[in-house]
Amino acid sequence: MKLHFTSRSGGLQSAVGLRWLRSRRCLISALLFLPTACTFAAPVVIGSKKFTESYVLGEIAKRSLSDAGIPAEHRQGMGGTIILWEALRGGQIDAYPEYTGTIATEILRSDSTLSLNQIRNSLEKSGVGMTAPLGFNNTYALVMRRSEAQRLGIRTISDLQRYPALKFGLTHEFLERQDGWRPLRQRYGLPQQNIVGIDHALGYGALANGSIAVKDAYSTDAKIEQNDLLVLEDDLHFFPKYEAVFLFRSSTRADAIAALRRMEGTLDEKRMIRLNAEAERTKNYARAADLYSEGRDGALRRPDAAARRTYQNLDDSFWHKLARWTLRHLQLAGFSLLLAIIVGIPLGIVASRGGVVGHVILGFAGVVQTIPSLALLALLVPLPFFGISIRTAIAALFLYGLLPIVRNTATGLQDIPRSLRESAVALGLSPTARLWQVYLPIASRSILSGIKTSAVINIGTATLAALIGAGGLGEPIISGLNLNDHVTILEGAIPAAVLALLVQWCFDLLDRVLIPKGLRI
Amino acid sequence: MSALVKLANVSKTYGDAVALCPTNLSVESGKTTVLIGPSGCGKSTLLRIIIRLIEPDCGSIEFDGKPVTPENINALRRRIGYVIQEGGLFPHLTARANVLLMARHIGKSEEETHNRLLELSELTRFSEDLLPRYPVELSGGQRQRVSLMRALMLSPELLLLDEPLGALDPLVRASLQKDLKEIFMGLGQTVIFVTHDLAEAIYFADKIVLMNEGRIVQKGSITDLRETPADPFVSEFINAQRGVSLQ
Repeated sequence: MKLHFTSRSGGLQSAVGLRWLRSRRCLISALLFLPTACTFAAPVVIGSKKFTESYVLGEIAKRSLSDAGIPAEHRQGMGGTIILWEALRGGQIDAYPEYTGTIATEILRSDSTLSLNQIRNSLEKSGVGMTAPLGFNNTYALVMRRSEAQRLGIRTISDLQRYPALKFGLTHEFLERQDGWRPLRQRYGLPQQNIVGIDHALGYGALANGSIAVKDAYSTDAKIEQNDLLVLEDDLHFFPKYEAVFLFRSSTRADAIAALRRMEGTLDEKRMIRLNAEAERTKNYARAADLYSEGRDGALRRPDAAARRTYQNLDDSFWHKLARWTLRHLQLAGFSLLLAIIVGIPLGIVASRGGVVGHVILGFAGVVQTIPSLALLALLVPLPFFGISIRTAIAALFLYGLLPIVRNTATGLQDIPRSLRESAVALGLSPTARLWQVYLPIASRSILSGIKTSAVINIGTATLAALIGAGGLGEPIISGLNLNDHVTILEGAIPAAVLALLVQWCFDLLDRVLIPKGLRI
Repeated sequence: MSALVKLANVSKTYGDAVALCPTNLSVESGKTTVLIGPSGCGKSTLLRIIIRLIEPDCGSIEFDGKPVTPENINALRRRIGYVIQEGGLFPHLTARANVLLMARHIGKSEEETHNRLLELSELTRFSEDLLPRYPVELSGGQRQRVSLMRALMLSPELLLLDEPLGALDPLVRASLQKDLKEIFMGLGQTVIFVTHDLAEAIYFADKIVLMNEGRIVQKGSITDLRETPADPFVSEFINAQRGVSLQ
């Protein structure tokens, strides 16, 4: 699949969180004298996009490297094409699975008629190498429910011309891609006007319950069979080839590149669909990677001890995972809130004095708030210091947390009656004493309520941190969204909501301590 | 009698609106000077210019023989007490903390400030038991007494009162008027008192300064104002108020 479908909505498991967890496990493993991927050499880092096939390919690559004795780790589902490509160029990952059509159109900004050699030569200029195709072509396709297609007599994309009222639910990425919806509509002269953008995984549900009639998919998607969907024939041969390959940094150690190369030509479409289906059924990508090895070795290889341990890791008790997600979530929200307080209150004090500077401060904080959180994350990721890391998440949360604190501090101070301000001045208090002993205490209720608002917003927004691998309660939400698994979504959504309530409650208690009694009577 | 405060050609305008025409005024030590006039006549502006809550456009002010400047104003403010209509007490501090705030800020000893507090609570007839209360827990009259204690805490040479009794009901107002007058007499306090109530002005004033539309119309005793009005406005103002106060 070429799909980076979810680059806009999805996200993945927290690579950072997993890595942390894994490093602890490594320690334990080392103590037990069990050889694992944990050595002192820096591991080769494999990235993947946030959809099943990419997870599976990433896991297979990790397995292939480990089997060759090369320490490797897999950062699952980091995002869409741009995030993975930037991470590869920035050295945060060493390799990730990609599709030739995507490379040509989205990365090289060319057209999809480029030959493999042309692609390879262009990538070299960026210090990136490419394997030969892994063996399957995962191209875009339009799908419908088989029963409805038969009822309407639709078999090919051209047949859609006769049904202008059909509702299309397309992924946001497909809607925007240079080889996506717009040129497709032009080529086929499709008349439909009722087009909605919808997340890839959610789109299958919409298709099943009839809220949409046609959706985009990719040809190795396990859900096509599971949901009894019909792939409409691309009778005008519009969709380009999307052959799966691995991209890697040219500076990656040679034995690792060789291990990736050994995957070339080993996966045909049928096999990939089967691995995808297995991964979705078991929610266990390592298991799917095992199936790959078994098939390739031509023998039923028993999972060895190390692999069994991996399963145990993945079967981690729910409470253990919940504790890890929650702790990370609190770290993200707490640290960013602390920064927002340290920076926001002084800015609010300055802003309360009005004038050009005050307007600039409030304007800046307001504008930041209007940037969609996903866009803010995407903007920060390519910056040198940030990248795919917890730093980026904290920086974004910090920026979001600023406005309520700055604004409430400023209005709290501005709302102090003139008579009180003048009394403080007339007494002869120094400006500093006026601020600390009079103005800030009187504005404390407003300032604290700004901090409370920031805290609750941060708890909610921190779920998006999982999109860039920073972990937290967004991990299960995004995995669940990706796998169309409501239980997993709730595993993250409910604790996040409870956490927000608890934080609110704690702040209500804090009000009693921090707001002077005279203001509460 | 020497002049404690001297204003020379002090004026203030906001855009086109004249808040105070160029004005001269001397305030004598130990006396109560009452600024009176209709709303918007500039009496509050004049008072606030003295303590520099409003920066005058031009003119000069002398306090105790020395010019008031932005550099020395904060030190001078500690020698001036200021009480406003709503009291201006800080709601997050108890009555006691309000009164002691400034003394603590400049590092006076606890013992000294405590003794002064007891003295003041007796002087202003404010029960010590009420000192731990917050402003919202006090009545309007009690708040004004606390505000007066706060203004007097550092034994200021000058006391500025901006309609301090304006928001009180008549009975409370009458009893506070009496107490205030006794306090001023007892302390030999120099006071500038702003009011729009002629009866109150007559009760307190050693000297009445009648203002209208941003300028001083006449200065003198109530007898001067009655018998030799400088301007038809003076008679008009006095007669209008007399009608009300006789009812």
